[in-house]
Amino acid sequence: MNVMKNMTKRQQPHEEVPAKKLRLTKPSKSAALHIDLCKATNPTDALQYLLSFARKPVEAESVEGVVRILLEHYYKEVDNSVRLKIASLLGLLSKTPGFSPDCIVDDVISTLSNDKSNQVLAQLLDTLLVIGTQLPENTAVTQRLIEVACKHLNSTYFGVRNKCLQLLGCLGTVDKPLTKESEAGTSIAPLRDVQNLISDYFGDQDPRVRTASIKAMLQLHGRGMKLQQTAYSQACKLLNDDYEQVRSAAVQMVWVLSQLYPESIVPIPSSNEEIRLIDDSFGKICHMVSDGSWMVRVQAAKLLGSMQQVSPHFLEQTLDKKLMSDLRRKRTAHERAKELYASGEFSSGRKWADDAPKEKVDTSGVNLIDSGACGAFVHGLEDEMYEVRIAAVEALCSLAQSSPSFAEKCLDFLVDMFNDEIEEVRLQSIHALRQISTHITLREDQLDTVLAVLEDSSRDIREALHELLCYTNVSTKECIQLALLELLKNLTKYPTDRNSVWKCLKFLGARHPTLVLPSVPELLSTHPYFDTPEPDMDDPAYIAVLVLVFNAAKSCPTMPALFSDHTFRHYAYLRDSLSHLVPHLRLPGRKQTAVLGSELSEVGSGSLESAQQFLQESLVRVSTLQNLDSPGAQDLLDFTIRDLKRLGELQTELAGSADFCATYLHCQLLLMKALQEKLWNMAVPLCLKQNAMASTAAQQILEETYKLEFLYSGLETRQVATIHNVRLQAKALQLILTARTKRGSPLIGLCEKFLQEVELFQRLFMSELPHFQDSFVEKLLELMPRLVACKPLDLVKILQTTLRQSRFIHLKLPEQIHRASATIIEPTGESDNPLRFTSGLVVALDIDATLEHVQDPQTTVKVQVGVLYPDGQSHIIHPKPGDFRTPGPGRVRLITQVYLSHSAWTEPCQIEVRLLLAYSSSSSRLAAPKPAWNESTEGLPTSESSVEGTINLSKPVKVFIMPKPARR
Amino acid sequence: MPDIKVTPLGAGQDVGRSCILVSVGGKNIMLDCGMHMGYNDDRRFPDFSYITQNGRLTDFLDCVIISHFHLDHCGALPYMSEMVGYDGPIYMTHPTKAICPILLEDFRKITVDKKGETNFFTSQMIKDCMKKVVPLNLHQTVQVDDELEIKAYYAGHVLGAAMVLIKVGSESVVYTGDYNMTPDRHLGAAWIDKCRPDILISESTYATTIRDSKRCRERDFLKKVHETIERGGKVLIPVFALGRAQELCILLETFWYRMNLKAPIYFSTGLTEKANHYYKLFITWTNQKIRKTFVQRNMFEFKHIKAFDRSYADNPGPMVVFATPGMLHAGQSLQIFKKWAGNEKNMVIMPGYCVQGTVGHKILNGQKKLEMEGRATLEVKLQVEYMSFSAHADAKGIMQLIRMAEPRNMLLVHGEAKKMEFLKDKIEQEFSISCYMPANGETTTVTTNPSVPVDISLNLLKREMALGGPLPDPKKPRTMHGTLIMKDSSLRLVSPEQALKELGLSEHQLRFTCRVHLQDPHSDSDTLSRIYSHLKSVLKGYAVQHLPDGTVMVESIVLKVSSSGEDPNLKVILLSWSYQVNVEVILQKRPLYPSIGVTGVTDRHWRYT
Repeated sequence: MNVMKNMTKRQQPHEEVPAKKLRLTKPSKSAALHIDLCKATNPTDALQYLLSFARKPVEAESVEGVVRILLEHYYKEVDNSVRLKIASLLGLLSKTPGFSPDCIVDDVISTLSNDKSNQVLAQLLDTLLVIGTQLPENTAVTQRLIEVACKHLNSTYFGVRNKCLQLLGCLGTVDKPLTKESEAGTSIAPLRDVQNLISDYFGDQDPRVRTASIKAMLQLHGRGMKLQQTAYSQACKLLNDDYEQVRSAAVQMVWVLSQLYPESIVPIPSSNEEIRLIDDSFGKICHMVSDGSWMVRVQAAKLLGSMQQVSPHFLEQTLDKKLMSDLRRKRTAHERAKELYASGEFSSGRKWADDAPKEKVDTSGVNLIDSGACGAFVHGLEDEMYEVRIAAVEALCSLAQSSPSFAEKCLDFLVDMFNDEIEEVRLQSIHALRQISTHITLREDQLDTVLAVLEDSSRDIREALHELLCYTNVSTKECIQLALLELLKNLTKYPTDRNSVWKCLKFLGARHPTLVLPSVPELLSTHPYFDTPEPDMDDPAYIAVLVLVFNAAKSCPTMPALFSDHTFRHYAYLRDSLSHLVPHLRLPGRKQTAVLGSELSEVGSGSLESAQQFLQESLVRVSTLQNLDSPGAQDLLDFTIRDLKRLGELQTELAGSADFCATYLHCQLLLMKALQEKLWNMAVPLCLKQNAMASTAAQQILEETYKLEFLYSGLETRQVATIHNVRLQAKALQLILTARTKRGSPLIGLCEKFLQEVELFQRLFMSELPHFQDSFVEKLLELMPRLVACKPLDLVKILQTTLRQSRFIHLKLPEQIHRASATIIEPTGESDNPLRFTSGLVVALDIDATLEHVQDPQTTVKVQVGVLYPDGQSHIIHPKPGDFRTPGPGRVRLITQVYLSHSAWTEPCQIEVRLLLAYSSSSSRLAAPKPAWNESTEGLPTSESSVEGTINLSKPVKVFIMPKPARR
Repeated sequence: MPDIKVTPLGAGQDVGRSCILVSVGGKNIMLDCGMHMGYNDDRRFPDFSYITQNGRLTDFLDCVIISHFHLDHCGALPYMSEMVGYDGPIYMTHPTKAICPILLEDFRKITVDKKGETNFFTSQMIKDCMKKVVPLNLHQTVQVDDELEIKAYYAGHVLGAAMVLIKVGSESVVYTGDYNMTPDRHLGAAWIDKCRPDILISESTYATTIRDSKRCRERDFLKKVHETIERGGKVLIPVFALGRAQELCILLETFWYRMNLKAPIYFSTGLTEKANHYYKLFITWTNQKIRKTFVQRNMFEFKHIKAFDRSYADNPGPMVVFATPGMLHAGQSLQIFKKWAGNEKNMVIMPGYCVQGTVGHKILNGQKKLEMEGRATLEVKLQVEYMSFSAHADAKGIMQLIRMAEPRNMLLVHGEAKKMEFLKDKIEQEFSISCYMPANGETTTVTTNPSVPVDISLNLLKREMALGGPLPDPKKPRTMHGTLIMKDSSLRLVSPEQALKELGLSEHQLRFTCRVHLQDPHSDSDTLSRIYSHLKSVLKGYAVQHLPDGTVMVESIVLKVSSSGEDPNLKVILLSWSYQVNVEVILQKRPLYPSIGVTGVTDRHWRYT
């Protein structure tokens, strides 16, 4: 442990020497630019200056000046590329936070009307777009920009038209017509809104402009404008465009409109029938699943998933390739198509010579093959690109979730996808099946196909499949046996899957008690007359069978009658050792001591409410403690902490909350002990021992507070503030102790630092201060003016009294607190075979761990692997972001490799591997967000009190290793 | 009118012996040069005498294009080039060029060495023939000569199979060869861009089939094989040495690996190893999965599949054997079939199409007794299964390709006549384009409407743009003024002024005049002023001027009044306007004459000024 502490310490960086701050004043920046630009003799030089200028950040207050300089040069400049760069710089500068770009709108617009180069025009429009998006509230500017855009829409250069459309899309509104036209009278049609204007460019000659116009339309939609239905037919035409980006955008457009007007009626061309728009668009998008470009196919397949209002018979068509008729013609045509198929017009290719032409069926009037929805998913699922297949699986899944009958139908297809050649697709389809499994029951042959995947060599696939089996309903007893058999096979082939297989069987048993019942004698190999040998209790396969049986027995009271004696014994053993897999059973006529524990737990689990109430009551009881010194307070705290710890063990739902409270109270207790009266009345040299005790207490409290802050999720600001309060108390205690033991200058620095922290607290938790009446912090803040002024020793004295007088703060619990935890599954630490490797080289150790309730393991807090060698050397390894997988909410799986290396040993020794949670107080959830890349960090206060450290997240696992000297 | 002629020498309403002659824009191209599996006599090769009775083919053909290496597409190539005589270029893709000679050599061995035929091409001829081959890359436009260009697209039928776009000027033809629109375990799907050819020549092997999803088929296939193996039977899978064989190998290989099966899988012919070598090399021509994973493991390195020896056929116990040829008409597959046919535990799976007349075709049609050479009969007891694995597009796939390419005409080859008929109807109904299905030797002529490119002067174009109005719609014709100059072989559209300048002509102005007789007692000038005031009141928004020289100008129209000699009351109003479009617009919009009592238009004549 000591060594670990050393390790933690080493992590902490040394105090940083404060960097000298240089602040550039306003004139210097623009002036420098001015000089640079004047110096430039040719366009290339000027461009270079501008490029290097663009890399440097500009403060908000000097932007205006810089912009003026730039514009000045712009007017003088003849070279297009330099003007272009200036225009783009203007856009960049107007994004500077704190600068309001409305003052340069006029300038940019006037330059726009003067410039001749198309590229520059496009760039200027882009700048206007930036300005426009910066000033969404300024309607006057918006209106002007729209006018400008309209004016340049008939430019001959595609880029200019693109940008104009983009401007219209970003700023235009559909509800009111463009005023400009009515005044000027230049245009033929007097009243047109933005949507109309944009839709004119759906037929533009340049595909890029067509794309831009659709995108602008989508942008309008994205800004909450309601698009008119007229665009639908136009968008449908664009689905047949020659260019893929146009088609891709058009698919999106059709989808958007289908979501806006699902129920409106559109006519079917070449017939007098009508159809719901959602169905029509569904057919059209389905059609795009067999587009020539795979990007379009992916998009179409993705969008299909979100079209849930579509009529069921259209939906079902997507899975049937052979229903050739255009089923958009309601019932009659639907039936006719079925007859067509039944009459054998087309063969399936599964039988020889069933495609011999028969007598002709009257096909006139039925629009064959070119029907939308037919077989869209069949195509999507056998697409060449796996991206399309994945999108199709996802879409299938989300459609099936909303329609049980469709779920039933798509089952076969999803099961077929388990044999896809790409692992990602297989995985995705397994997940999809799991999500819809509430709707379906697997048949035996389907189960067979599903189970075949258990032999897959990929661990992810197998585990996904186990997860799927947990949720699966099967229909027959044979299915259960089949599943068990395959799972046992899986277990022998891949012993590492043990936990996952057991868990899977637990759910399988609990789900199908009646199906398990008839095969119990066979499973447990009992015989009516003969005693069979007692199976080996350590055999994972036997445990697997028992898990299945016991879980089934839970809801099947007749089952225990079939158990033999040793089964009961094994039950008792497993109930104790694998309590999360084996439920409590009411066994007839058995009162054993082993059951006692479980009964107790059942009392506990009997009511979550009562447990919660108990928790609240204990907290209230403790909160009555006004003063830390009152008699019996310590005992009360002691008992409460003990109670809470036990509660956490019994009631898993409340474990987080209970632990949190217990830890918090423990901090209080420690503080209380450290502040005991007699200790402080003695002269310093007399109480060295107590001093030591107090300083360790302070240290411990600090550590605990970090745990409280970073280990628990679901905390609110108020709890964090409470924790910080305790931390401040601990720091004050430390300060006092230092003041007592050491004399001299360092005290001033420490005091200053402490005061800074108090200020920081005030900054961060301003809103929470009302809850902190009579607390240590509140008192400190009251005294703050005095504290800042007085000498360190006086300060310490004040602190001492405040600390002792301050009130204990009642902890208010938030809804749900979870404690982050981790378990290392692999390595197990049981192996006696040392890992041998040549010293100086590395050996890779596979680590497999599950993390629970760790928020965002890659970013906010960092999960690391710590390795401790027997000689006290320690290493910290940062896993790659890709090593974290999220199999379920709140759960993260870390599968990584740790490289070990050491110089030679004479005999194998154990190293300790554990997971650590690295935190730094600056990355606290409440701290300010990190500055963006181009913001200067100079002005910001450096987080002076940033403390970094690690918390142990898991129990250490010991691994035998044996570095051998290299053979020469 | 220019036209494109297409004549199938083989594969017209038939499967096998693909050979299609196309003449487009004065160029003659031969597409594929295959042999027929069903015949052993002269009928197996296309009838090249159709092209020329005597003399070399070189003078009559501009190029030969081979779509893929199957013998029914390239089997007659050495015969044509070396024995009939052709020295022009032969185009094929790189994999086809690599694998084709292996197959030809194998074919030659069987016919010459085994059957003892004479007057057949030799190994040297195959080598000489391959020297004339020019390799193609996908999507690479190759200029055969100044006018003829060809471009290959991925066809997905076998490794290296290609569709070709043949283009002369603006006339174009696409020949698909054999293609597959659904990707499989080792190949991707066929793809073509919207090239809008004049004719799309498509195969139509599965014209009346819409196949189940390939996953169903795969599962069925594996299940059948697995069941037979489990009851101790032997499975014979006749395949063409290359193409489907690799597909099925990959399928079985992965299945064996997954199910941990031990029964041996054999591959019968030696040439496979050579060919597999090429499969390993041409990874870029395979599908996404193989392309992405070949670095870790090349899928064509089979672990469970071993080479077959003739003696193995008598081994006891289950086994799976892939044997050539695919239609059971000769060779090893037929030999093994003869050995195993008597046992009902065994199974033969025909994974592809069988041409009429082959043993495969017979047993698929349920024939239980086969007549063999030497009057022996063979009883067929083993199970016969058919599983469509051949990588041809089904009806839906063909339709999909038509939709992708958007051809103006469709031409079906490589299929049975009856089935083609069916598909033809469907295509005509669906896309309303004409569809042809010529028989062998029958010529289809399609008239084309080639566009003639004309250079337009930039000034003219800019002037047109400056006139305003909506930007030109690329899909709609638009009228404009200009002069077409045809000089030498170039066509140019220039502005009239420039044309006049170039031709050294002076400009003539065209003015229209028109006389209107009017009964009016007033004097000439009074009449004129009355007309002036009337026009002024009627034509608001137009510039109406009374000029001092006794004329009225309405915009650019001049009105003059004079009284006729005989009758002073009969006034003649002379209207004159230059040729301008907007004049007519005014006249049409406002009926001028009736309001001032027109008696009639007497004459109207053109006058040059």
